[in-house]
Amino acid sequence: MGLNVIVLAKQVPDTRNVGKDAMKADGTVNRAALPAIFNPEDLNALEQALRLKDKYPGTTITILTMGPGRAADIIREGLYRGADNGYLLTDRAFAGSDTLATSYALSCALKKMSKIDLIIAGRQAIDGDTAQVGPQVAEKLGLPQVTYAEEVISAEGGSITIKRRLERGVETVEMPLPGVITVNASAPECRPRNAKLLMKFKHARTITERQGEAEDYIDLTADRPYLNIEEWSVNDIESDMNWLGLSGSPTKVKKIENVVFQAKEAKHLTPADEEIDELMKELIANHTIG
Amino acid sequence: MNNVFVICEVDEGKIADVSLELMTKGRSLANQLKCKLEALVLGHNLKGIEKELYPYGADVIHIGDDERLDPYTTLPHTSVIVDLFKKEEPQIALLGASTFGRDLGPRVSSALQSGLTADCTSLEIGPHEDKKAGKTYENLLYQIRPAFGGNIVATIINPDCRPQMATVREGVMKKEIFDATYKGKVNKIDVDAILKPEDLVVKVIERHMEKSKVNIKNSSIIVSGGYGVGSKENFDLLFELAEVLGAEVGASRAAVDAGFAEHERQIGQTGVTVRPKLYIACGISGQIQHTAGMEESSMIIAINNDPNAPINKIADYAITGDVGEVVPKLIKFYKQNTK
Repeated sequence: MGLNVIVLAKQVPDTRNVGKDAMKADGTVNRAALPAIFNPEDLNALEQALRLKDKYPGTTITILTMGPGRAADIIREGLYRGADNGYLLTDRAFAGSDTLATSYALSCALKKMSKIDLIIAGRQAIDGDTAQVGPQVAEKLGLPQVTYAEEVISAEGGSITIKRRLERGVETVEMPLPGVITVNASAPECRPRNAKLLMKFKHARTITERQGEAEDYIDLTADRPYLNIEEWSVNDIESDMNWLGLSGSPTKVKKIENVVFQAKEAKHLTPADEEIDELMKELIANHTIG
Repeated sequence: MNNVFVICEVDEGKIADVSLELMTKGRSLANQLKCKLEALVLGHNLKGIEKELYPYGADVIHIGDDERLDPYTTLPHTSVIVDLFKKEEPQIALLGASTFGRDLGPRVSSALQSGLTADCTSLEIGPHEDKKAGKTYENLLYQIRPAFGGNIVATIINPDCRPQMATVREGVMKKEIFDATYKGKVNKIDVDAILKPEDLVVKVIERHMEKSKVNIKNSSIIVSGGYGVGSKENFDLLFELAEVLGAEVGASRAAVDAGFAEHERQIGQTGVTVRPKLYIACGISGQIQHTAGMEESSMIIAINNDPNAPINKIADYAITGDVGEVVPKLIKFYKQNTK
């Protein structure tokens, strides 16, 4: 029995690698200098989807992402690893969305898709670390959720069995389908790109991307429809504009401060024996240790 | 109506520490706002649980005691909370940023279309002026949290939607008894009237919970390692030093991600917050994600190859050198001087 699986993915700036060149002279982050990557836990989510596809022939995997035009890159990345197709939800109307407005837009797009069995997302994105979008989408669709998933054990007979990783233990739960699961970083890593799929999907493009390219590519999708990455704007989903973007976001950013360390006088030492010996004597004398 | 609520987590029949920490914070917010502090506890066999909460200044304790609420699953908890919040209209609702709170919080906020800020490191009350809309607000909850991988600190507000919801990690707020003789009242929730069959579709088949083996939160000395420690083998040196000093070993997120240490040792924004007497930071550069979880340590010794590492700015002693060289010397001279 094949499943219709949607993977929610996000393109994020690689905040784990904020190097020296990523900081501007005034000490603020130069976002443009950070590489845009497939959110790591969304890759863990994709792997769980791919394992379902391995196990249950006929399963299709669709990637849904919301973001600017260049977010099509992560859809291609997903196709190279075994996803079947992708949707890019992109519109200025979505700009400034907080997690709730994002979840609303995604849920409207999901409602437009044909019969969904399972929605899988990463637990959280590294640019916000909120872990909110998965559960908020589930609520907007009226679907049950299982968060902190580490392994999908089986998906048979209309329900799915999942192992969850909690702070101090593991839990096995059963959820009827359709439903939403979010996957932890502790789940298996995503398989690498497949060379054949890379060849197959290397020219996969959204309509906007095709319009910007040489003429040869424009008609490529006529006989190879799988090369079309579906691009949806706000007009392609049924939504209430008041719930989208900034106006649909209950949370507002009042203030942003760049992190500046408060300097205090540190006593600088070298690893020389006398200095370490002196330090230890001092710490023992003032009862910090010992 | 319009009070401050804390959604409490029950851990082995007791109120979880993070919830009590939030009760302390909630009490001070309620005092500032001149409103009541209310606690919400859902679970099973909760007889007498209110006694744990009164000393933290709970004016009202809502208790939903039903076997369908234990073990925790998302949907029945959400239904009961949404039902209660629609009646009580809290202005603020706080919950722990544990797997419980991070599963439940977004679900509740989505159902109520209210804003939720995750992993706040500070909560304050203050005004806001929206110049564009020509509106001013008094007494909003400032939800302060690091964002963008910890490179910025953002103050988030929810001007128009209620409740203003926030999650906070364990150890970030301080737990303090407000008044040991404080008495409030209990409101028993009629859970049966709220739950519907579709709330009960997710079933917990099996659960293995272990007591946490690592107790860094309550350790007075912590030897902590970062990515700069270099390897799991070098991390063994930190364990040796910790053994000698009677300390616990902590780690930065980078070290945990690199597989040098277990996740339960992680200190910082996405781990635990610690305030030991002595914090020895080995090979830790000092990104805010990490320092947010340890900067209140009474004394900090930083060991780093880089004399300009940010950690040195908050350190009391900065030793410029190799962890592999310095740590064995600390062990050696500690032993020599205590003989």
